[in-house]
Amino acid sequence: MNLSLKKQSILPGFFPSLGITLLYLSLIVLIPLSTIFLRSAALTFGRFMEIVTAPRVVASFALSFGASLVAAVTNVFIGVLLAWVLVRYKFPGKGLVDALVDLPFALPTAVGGIALTTLYAENGWIGRLLAPLGIIAVFNPLGIVIALIFIGFPFVVRTVQPVLLELDVEIEEAAASLGAGRVQTFVRVVFPSILPAVLTGFVLSFARALGEYGSVVFIAGNMPMKTEIVPLMIMTKLEQFDIPAATAIAFVMLVASFILLLLINFLQWKSGKNLVSG
Amino acid sequence: MSINIVNISKKFGSFEALKDINLTINTGELVALLGPSGSGKTTLLRIIAGLEYADAGEILINEREMISRKIRERKVGFVFQHYALFRNMTVFENVAFGLKVRPRGLRPPKNEITGRVHELLRLVQLESHAERYPRQLSGGQRQRVALARALAVEPSVLLLDEPFGALDARVRIELRRWLRKLHDELHITSVFVTHDQDEALEVADKVVVMNAGRIEQTGGPEEVYDNPASPFVFNFLGAVNIFHGRVHDGCAHIGSLKIDSREHVDVPDTMVVGYVRSHDIDIGRTATGGSSIPARVRTIHRVGNIVRVELLPDDGQGAVEAEITRDRLNELNLQEGEGVHIRPKKVKVFIEDYQI
Repeated sequence: MNLSLKKQSILPGFFPSLGITLLYLSLIVLIPLSTIFLRSAALTFGRFMEIVTAPRVVASFALSFGASLVAAVTNVFIGVLLAWVLVRYKFPGKGLVDALVDLPFALPTAVGGIALTTLYAENGWIGRLLAPLGIIAVFNPLGIVIALIFIGFPFVVRTVQPVLLELDVEIEEAAASLGAGRVQTFVRVVFPSILPAVLTGFVLSFARALGEYGSVVFIAGNMPMKTEIVPLMIMTKLEQFDIPAATAIAFVMLVASFILLLLINFLQWKSGKNLVSG
Repeated sequence: MSINIVNISKKFGSFEALKDINLTINTGELVALLGPSGSGKTTLLRIIAGLEYADAGEILINEREMISRKIRERKVGFVFQHYALFRNMTVFENVAFGLKVRPRGLRPPKNEITGRVHELLRLVQLESHAERYPRQLSGGQRQRVALARALAVEPSVLLLDEPFGALDARVRIELRRWLRKLHDELHITSVFVTHDQDEALEVADKVVVMNAGRIEQTGGPEEVYDNPASPFVFNFLGAVNIFHGRVHDGCAHIGSLKIDSREHVDVPDTMVVGYVRSHDIDIGRTATGGSSIPARVRTIHRVGNIVRVELLPDDGQGAVEAEITRDRLNELNLQEGEGVHIRPKKVKVFIEDYQI
C-alpha cells in the first residue's frame, strides 16, 4: 500500500523518529497534563468558577502574570546588553563572566531564593542601602520580580548570544558607511535581526518565571492577597488535600500560559520570516 | 574626486599589513587593487573608507584630510564581498536606507526618496524587484542592490571590496563588464579590490599590484601585463615559465638561448632568471641557433581551442608549459614523447636575487 502521508525522501527514518517523538511527548508532557483536565472535570462548572474567581486566587494570578511579565521585560534589556558585551568586546575575565551567566540554571532555586532574601532583607547588604530610600524588596512584589529576574536572564543571554555572533559586523559597517549613527544602526538594522531570538528569550524567561516556585517563596513572604504566587496557591490547596481546587487553578494557569506562548510564537514567526539566509 | 594616499602604514600586532603606501587615484578613474590574500589590499581599502585606522599617514579625498573623520562623515560608498544587505528590509528599503537615516534637515522629502530609489533600481536593472527581500534574490542581484544602496547617498568615491568574489564564474564576468559600463556612465572615482588578475586587467583603468604590504607596480592594464616591474608581478599576472641562466656583457645565456638583455649591461657575471609566458612559447621541429632549447614533449592537454603542452628541456631544467592553438598543434602534428625545440618569443630577464 502506498502511504500518501509519506513523501519519497532520501533521509530515512521519518516514521520511527516521529513515533518516538510522539510517544515521548505523550508520556512526559501530554498524559501528565491531561490528568489536570480530568481532575478538574470532576468539578461542576459553578464550583470551578467559584474556586478560580476567589479573590485570593485572582490576586495570585495577577501577581504571577504581572511579576513574570515585568521580570521577562527587564531580562530582555539586561540579557541583550550582556549578550552584546560578551559577543562584541574582549576583556580580561570574559570567560568567567560567560560561565557565571549559567549559574542560575544550575543553582537549586531555593538556594538562590535564600541568598536573595538574605541580601535584600532590611538588614542585608543590599537591603540596608535600599531601606533609607523607602524601598523594601523582601516580602513585597518587588522581591518576587528580583527573584524572577535572577532565574530568567540566562535564557535571554543564551538565545541572543549565538544570533549576535552570527550577525555580520559588515552589516553595521554598511550602515555606518551610509551615514547611520550607532543608535540608528542598532534600531534599524541590528535589533530587527535579533528580534526573533529576543522574543524566544523573552518567552523562555517568561514561561520559566510563571512556573517558578523555589526561589520566590523565600523572598515573597507569602502574604495572602499580597505576595502569593499561583504555584504557591496550588501547593497550599494540595497541602489541604483539596486536589480538585489545585487542579482547577492549574487548569486556568495552563490554558492562559498556552495561549500566551502561542501568541508570542506567532509574533516570533512573523518577525523572523524574512530573515532566513541572505 | 581624487584620492591621495600618503605614507600609510598599518600593523596588526607584529604583522605589517601596509608598509608606507603612497598612491594617487585621479578623479573619475576606476582603479583595481590587485594582489594575493594577505597583501594588504583590503586593509588599504578599509583605511580609505574609514573602517580601519591607519597607524601612520594621511588619506585625502578631494584634497581634504580624512583620517580624523569617521566613516559616516567621509561620504564613501562601500560595497562588500558578501553584500551585507539588510535582511529585514526589502530591496527598496535597502536602497533608501542611506537617505532615510539623514538628519531631518538634510533628509529629502519622501516622494523624492521614492523617485531616487526607483531611478537607482532602474540603473541596476532591478526595478521589478523593489518589494522583494534579499533572500529572494540571486547573488548577482544582491550585489547590484548593494551597489545601488551605496550610490544612493551620492558618495564622492566608490569603494568595492572583492565585489564579485562570492559569485560564480559566469555571473562574475557579466557583472564586471556591467560595472565597467556603469562606471563609463557615472564617472565616479572607484577603487575595487580583487585577487583575480583577469578581473583587474579587464575592468580597471589603472592596476595597482600589491604584495606583502607594498605596492609592486602601478600602471595601465597593458603596461603591467607587458612590462612587469618585478618577478612577482610577472608571476601574479598569469602562467609563467622560469629559466635559469647567467648574464654578462648585457647578454643573458639560458641553456642554448642567447637573449639580448641591455638593461643588465653594467651587471657583472651574475645568475639570472628568464620569465616567459606560456603563450609566448612556440614549439618548432627544428633548432634555430641561439633562440631555441631542445626538449621532449611530456603531455598534451586540450582545453577547448587552447592546447597546453608540457615539455621537458633536455638540459635538465624544470618542466615548461607552452600554450598553443589547436591549429598550431595540428600543423606540427605533435605526439607525446617526441623531441622538439622550444622557441620563447619574449623573455623578461631578472637578476636572480629577486626571489619570489
